Amino acid sequence: MKFTKEHEWLRVEGDLIVVGITEHAAEALGDVVFVELPEAGIQVAAGDEISVIESVKAASDILAPVEGEIVEVNEALSDNPGLVNEDPLGGAWFFKLKVDDLSVVDQFMDEDEYKDFIG
Amino acid sequence: MTDLLRLPLHGLHLELGGKMVPFAGYEMPVQYPAGVMAEHLHVRAAAGLFDVSHMGQVVLRPKGSMESLGLALERLMPVDVLGVAPGRQRYGIFTSETGGILDDLMFANRGTDYLLVVNAARKTHDFAHLTRHLADEAEIDIQTGRALLALQGPEAESVLAVLVPDVTAMQFMDVASVPTVFGELWISRSGYTGEDGFEISVPEAAVPDFARALLALDGVAPIGLGARDSLRLEAGLCLYGHDIDETTSPVEAGLGWAIQKARRAGGARAGGFPGETRILAELADGPSRKRVGLRPEGRAPMREGVALFATDGTPIGAITSGGFAPSVQAPVAMGYVASAFAAPGTGIEAELRGRKLPVVVAATPFHPTHYKR
Repeated sequence: MKFTKEHEWLRVEGDLIVVGITEHAAEALGDVVFVELPEAGIQVAAGDEISVIESVKAASDILAPVEGEIVEVNEALSDNPGLVNEDPLGGAWFFKLKVDDLSVVDQFMDEDEYKDFIG
Repeated sequence: MTDLLRLPLHGLHLELGGKMVPFAGYEMPVQYPAGVMAEHLHVRAAAGLFDVSHMGQVVLRPKGSMESLGLALERLMPVDVLGVAPGRQRYGIFTSETGGILDDLMFANRGTDYLLVVNAARKTHDFAHLTRHLADEAEIDIQTGRALLALQGPEAESVLAVLVPDVTAMQFMDVASVPTVFGELWISRSGYTGEDGFEISVPEAAVPDFARALLALDGVAPIGLGARDSLRLEAGLCLYGHDIDETTSPVEAGLGWAIQKARRAGGARAGGFPGETRILAELADGPSRKRVGLRPEGRAPMREGVALFATDGTPIGAITSGGFAPSVQAPVAMGYVASAFAAPGTGIEAELRGRKLPVVVAATPFHPTHYKR
């Protein structure tokens, strides 16, 4: 699993990249009450704001970590946004991206680097 | 956070795991480990303890009679001050010359003086305002040595009665000064959550012991600012600087109920307050815009600043407070709309992230209030 400075995680699953938010991010957000997912099938560029997550406290954007095509989104989050707090690294994945070259994930932090990053 | 003031209970907040944030110049707990949602629901189900010591407390001691001081207060507020009996509290509004709201407050007639509790962000302004207008009528005694706690929820009475048995006799908006082992407590049966409860002014030196004694009782949990905001939003109560300010009149804000008959046209002491021209005209003819409750139809919370439109696309107002309402389990909001759109049930739209989404004008409170009347 790799981690971005925007507190997202990326996991390679077959030929796809699965994206979610980290435990640290979920905890900082507090109780998540709403998730707006991107549409499957769209092309995104790295840094695009493609998803919104709202807690009782505030709204935050979820960015596309890399360029690619959204091939699947986690509809379970629309019905049960609290999943983000319960299982941020597992059941609460946000979307799956199809990319040209899976090695794009290498640019991101590994777990130890991310732990240092969040101090 | 070096320039921020600290509350007398700062150490206790840290010990309880409070997440401290800057608010109105103070370091305040926004939440404890339970989180905003659980804290909110706890207040609706049991009893929550809030530290609201950042708010301003000021005692006005009459230089002449209480009646003369009451009349002087009526020159600052469109409120029937003389009608407040000793031992009672009322909601008040300082208005500006143009009919806007300088601050909203609670004031109590304590028999020989008035006690005012004002918003933290406005207290410097308010103290100057009082000094400017009331110096001839009153000794203005700003209470720097007292903390203020709120204990709110259906179990507030039974838990507070363990420490202060007298409170069971109090009704909503009663006030009492009660000598205790924690010093003299100034208690009002009021709050800002929509629940039954109390606000308790405590000598600063005794407040850590008093707060710990309350927290040791079954049913009492510490509650942060986050839940304070969601609770008052569900109760349909205004937050100064957001839902009301110097540009909004009390009538536009739906606070006409706070302007009693005595101060309205034809009343015993009609007018004679700042902004009377606008305020009396709006009471007679209706304001051009009104504060309303709003229920977004979808799940997306809509927060302050979100623009509101008629279904034909005409801009009609904006949201001033909003978020997810834990007891309603849905997003709710408040905002101002042109009066033609203010009737509950009216369908309008809100622009969220570039998209127009359906919203229905709704009656407030969003969650039923439970005051002990």
